[in-house]
Formats: sequence, C-alpha cells, structure tokens
Amino acid sequence: MKLVRTFLALALVAGLAFAQTVDYFSFTTDQAHVDELEALIEVFEAQNPGITIEYTTAPFGDYFTRLQTDFAAGSPPDVFELNFENLATFASRGVLAPLDDLLGTDGRDVFYPAALDAFAYDGTQYALPITFSTVVLFYNQDLFDAAGVAYPTDAWTWDDVMAAAEAINDPANRVWGIYQPVQFWEFYKVAQAAGGGLQVAPTIAIDTPENLAALEYLVGKIEAGVMPTDAELSGVANEDLFANGQLGMLVSGIWMFDRFAQSSFDWDIAVEPGGARQATHFFSNAAAIAASSPEREAAWKWVEFLAASPEVAAARIESAWELPALSLDNADALAPYLARPQPANREAVFASLAFAVNPPVVDRQPELQDIVNQELEAARLGSKTPAQALADAQRRVEALLAD
Amino acid sequence: MYERGARRWLTLALFLGPSLIGLALFLVGPIVASLALAFTSWDLLTPPRWVGARNFVRLADDPEFWTALRHTLQFLAGYLPLVMTTGLLVAVALNGRIVGRAFFRAVYFLPVVASWVAVALVWKWLLNPAFGLVNFLLAQVGVAGPAWLFDPTWAMFSVVLTSVWKDTGFVMVVLLAGLQGIPREYYEASAIDGAGPAQQLRFVTVPLLMPALFFALSISLINSFQVFDQVYVMTGGGPAGATTVLVERIVRQAFSFSRMGYAAAMSWVLFVLIFVVTIAFSRAQKRFA
Repeated sequence: MKLVRTFLALALVAGLAFAQTVDYFSFTTDQAHVDELEALIEVFEAQNPGITIEYTTAPFGDYFTRLQTDFAAGSPPDVFELNFENLATFASRGVLAPLDDLLGTDGRDVFYPAALDAFAYDGTQYALPITFSTVVLFYNQDLFDAAGVAYPTDAWTWDDVMAAAEAINDPANRVWGIYQPVQFWEFYKVAQAAGGGLQVAPTIAIDTPENLAALEYLVGKIEAGVMPTDAELSGVANEDLFANGQLGMLVSGIWMFDRFAQSSFDWDIAVEPGGARQATHFFSNAAAIAASSPEREAAWKWVEFLAASPEVAAARIESAWELPALSLDNADALAPYLARPQPANREAVFASLAFAVNPPVVDRQPELQDIVNQELEAARLGSKTPAQALADAQRRVEALLAD
Repeated sequence: MYERGARRWLTLALFLGPSLIGLALFLVGPIVASLALAFTSWDLLTPPRWVGARNFVRLADDPEFWTALRHTLQFLAGYLPLVMTTGLLVAVALNGRIVGRAFFRAVYFLPVVASWVAVALVWKWLLNPAFGLVNFLLAQVGVAGPAWLFDPTWAMFSVVLTSVWKDTGFVMVVLLAGLQGIPREYYEASAIDGAGPAQQLRFVTVPLLMPALFFALSISLINSFQVFDQVYVMTGGGPAGATTVLVERIVRQAFSFSRMGYAAAMSWVLFVLIFVVTIAFSRAQKRFA
C-alpha cells in the first residue's frame, strides 16, 4: 500500500515536471470566437502532448489595463494578443521576448510581409501577426436600385460617394445615404487619402490644408444631411442601421460579413473610394511572448500555431471574421474564402491591401488617440469648425509630445 | 465587568482585528502608497521612477486638469442648490399629515439605494433624443427637446438632473430627521402671531433646521467634488470632452493612459481641495448654526 502511494506521488511529481502550462490572454470575447479558440486549443494540445493552454479573455476596452496590471504584479501571461498601436509601448519597455531567432529567415516567408513588418520594433520581431482585416465600402444594392444609382466601382472617388448618398438619402423615413465614422481610425486614413496624413514625427503636422480637406469631407456628409447626426443615431450602432436597411453605404470592416449575411436585402462591397489618392485600413492582431515567461519554448509553439498553422488558417476562413495574416501566395488556403457567395466582390478585400496605410504610433498612444478623438467629436457635433478642431488638435498633440 | 491587562488587549485585538486588518490592507495601505506614488513616474510595465514634485508642477499647467476642475465646479453649482431645494421641499411636504406618507418617503428614498450604474443606464434611455420618454413627453406639449447627452451644451445639465433625481431622497431623509426635532409649539405660536406657511418655512423651519441643512450640504458638497459614476456611465466624459470631471480624469490617467504617478498626484490635489473646502465650511457652520 505504501509502495503504491509512493509510486503515485512520484508519478505526480514527474508529471508536473514535464507538463507545461502556457497562459494565453486574448481580447476576443464574443462566444462564437471563444468556441473557436477552445476548438483550436484542443487541436494544439493533441499535436503537442505535455503542453496545456489556459486562456483568459477580457473585452478590448479593459484588455490593456488588465495586461499592464499583470505585468506590474510580476505575473504576465506567457502569450498575449497585441495590436499595432500598442506594440511600441510594450516593446520599448523591454517586456517582450525577441522572436527573430525562433522565427528564422525561412519562417518569415509564410506571412503577409506588411503584417509581419508591423510587429517589428527597432529592427527586432516582437510578435507574430495572427489575423488581419481591412475596411471596405459596404453598399445596399436594393437602395441603390431604388434610387437608380449605378453600383460603386473601384474607380469611384469621394464625389461619386456624395452624389450616390444624396440620391439615396431619405431622412424622413430614417434612411440615410451613408455612414462613415468620424474618429481617430477613420481620420488617419482619410487624411492620407486626401494627400495629407496624421503626421507626428519628425515634426507634428496635423493642422494642414490636406487634413482640413479630409475632415471637411468627413463632417460634410453630416452637414449635407446624408449621414445621421449623433442625436439622430441616438445610440443605435451604425452597423445595426446598415443591417436594418437604413443606410445606402457604410464604411466598415470585413469582420461584419457574417453579421450582414443575415440581412433581408442584397449588398456587396467595393474598395474604399479615395480623394486625392486611395487609402485603406490594414488592421492586424498579433501574439507576443512575455520576456519573463519561463515557458518560452512551449509559448513559441503556441504562437507559431496561432499565426501560421493550416488548422488555424482554415478555422479563420471558415468563421469569416478576420483572415489569417499569411502570404497571398498561399492561394489554396484563401480559395474557400473567395468562393463564398456573399459579398460577391470578395476580391475587394485583397485589392484593398494595395492601398493600406498605417496609423501614427507614439509612445503615448492612448493619449494621442484621446486628444484626436475629442477634437474630431467636437467637429462632428458642430461645436467646433473643422479648422478650429485641427488647430486645437495640433496644439494639444504638440504639448503632449513635448512633455 | 472589564477585563484587565494583556487579556483585555487580546480580547480587543480579536474583535477589532479582522476589520482593522482589512482597513489597513485595502484602505490605509493604498492611501499611503498613493502619496509615495505621486512623486514617481510609473507606467506599470517598468518599475516606478522617483521624479520629485514634477507631477504637481505639470498639473499646474495641464489644461485638461483645469478644464476638469471647471466642469466639476459647474456640476457643483448646478447640483448643490437644486438637490438642497428639492430635498427640502419634499421633506417639508412629507413631514405634514398627508395620505400615503410612509409610501412616498420610501419611494423618494428608493433611488438613493439603487446602484448608480442602473440609474445612469435608465436615465440614458429616458433622455435618448430619438426614442426617449422625456423628449416624447416634451413633444406632446409642442416642445422640441434637446439632444441631452449628445449635445455638449446640455450634457452636464443632464448629469446634474439625474444626480438631483437620485440624491433628493438622501437630503430628504436627513432633513426629515431634523424636522421631527422641531417642537410643534413653535408653529402654533407663530400661527397665532399671524405667520402663513411661507413665513413659517422662512422664520421657523429653516433656522431650526440649520444643523441638518449643514450636514446634508457638506455631504453633498464632498460628493459633488467626487462626482464620477454617473459621468462614467452616461457620457464617459463626452461629448467632445464636455463632461470631463476630476475623478474621471484620475481614472483615465491611471487606467487608460497608464500614468499612475500623475493620477496619484491628481488624487492628492483633489483630497487637499476637498479637505480645505470642508474645513472652511465647518468654520462657517459654527458661525451660522
């Protein structure tokens, strides 16, 4: 009896010595994607006996606070999600494990180059992109047909957008021509499309004629009455408005495909029209390893699996939310995505990548975004003119970064 | 029977220990730590760095801080007179012999014990410009209601309105207790001297109610310096920064911008501000009540 007990104790100790637990922290919280994550963890654990993945999630709004608190407490997760805007904050503090040696030069080829480069800081790779998404112009074909307007093409410009929006607009029946958010993420992109940009280095150039044209385009849709005001929206999400058939056009992300697929009207997408030039979003989320993680080897296997395994790529394409950030040469993996019926013009997702631009990134990113958002909101609500808002943003960002 | 010596101390320690340990760990400890943090720069990712008084110097010419202070004072200026007036009127009304007195007292006190998050969410709906009850009722009498929380000029007023609605019951209860302490004879005597209800309120009720009024006023004053929950849930400091208040800025600096040292400095400035105002206020109370 005693022998059995000793044996069991020994087995337990041995088991603990070999079993590795990797803590994974993610900001993807909705149930469909948590289910997907659990299924992927099962696949990974079957392929890698001895490694256990324990995941936790937090909504995006709380995620970075929780993550930084974990670091402050000295117990960060081994692997965690990061996005482009927050990479610099973490990488510059030396809390991320460098990945170059683990990745090797061959390992780089499987990724979409811009996505991989986005997660390098000072020439060192600190995270691997696990998803990417873009923003496109969604349009309600039924409303276009009813107004007798031709569908958007890749050759469209802002003038075409405004003309179509005015033809479709019917605010008395709570139908509007278009919705395009007026906030930080839209603005840095539209500013580049206007030939400017939200430049923060080497000099701060926010209050420029090009950026003014960009903001006037964004706010002009409200002034022309073809886009609902905040009061008209009254807290209704713009995506819901589109899904209800109340918007002719919507500038939004490809992660909405699944949601809009349930709509009762026909819709499609186009590459986002430009002004002086075309500019589109390129959003990418990545997985990084904490520099202090004792399980770096197991953590790397999990990161590699999340970023580049065929199982994960297939699952992401199946769920039609965000795409794996793999090289476009990998046509076989993407074929099932393109083959799906709605929206018909799925090529626009990839065509958009040709015009992808990046947001400005500074060490004090959350404050930069807060300032820019406040000024854009003032312009959107009409409490400041676009020129005033940009002048104030310029002054406040200068003060922030001089500090 | 009192126990003596070590035994007595042991008994005391056993009874007080649990709550004192909690108090020390979760209240006194963090308060002392925040004072030390106020002199550091700490981003949570790297160890705190001693910066001396720099956080306080920076605070002095941080326009965001002064804007938040101005908004806090705007809230105070709207909230204090309104909540005291409504609280007093309700207390006087419910002190008289009216039908369903206990019921109304409970109803007016109900919002006080309700959670701020729930109250703020309900009011967000009531004040919704397109679908809200308030603008619907205004439309019935031919008034086009404002956009409330979506309009920078109306947002702070909306927050004040909601706060007054929630806290009227608190002021009412304090003043009711005070009213119960005023002898009936004073009212009878003043009635014989020819005083009407308004004059009785002015010359009997209010002077004798002074201690209760000062108590309700000082608690409300401190609460309005610390206004946060309703702002956080209803506006998040918006629209376009029209309702940023001090505590909201502290939370944002700490938990959105990861500037723990700066946030700690701000909270100590707020503490000193409340401390000074409260001292000045209790001096005034000694003179008037």
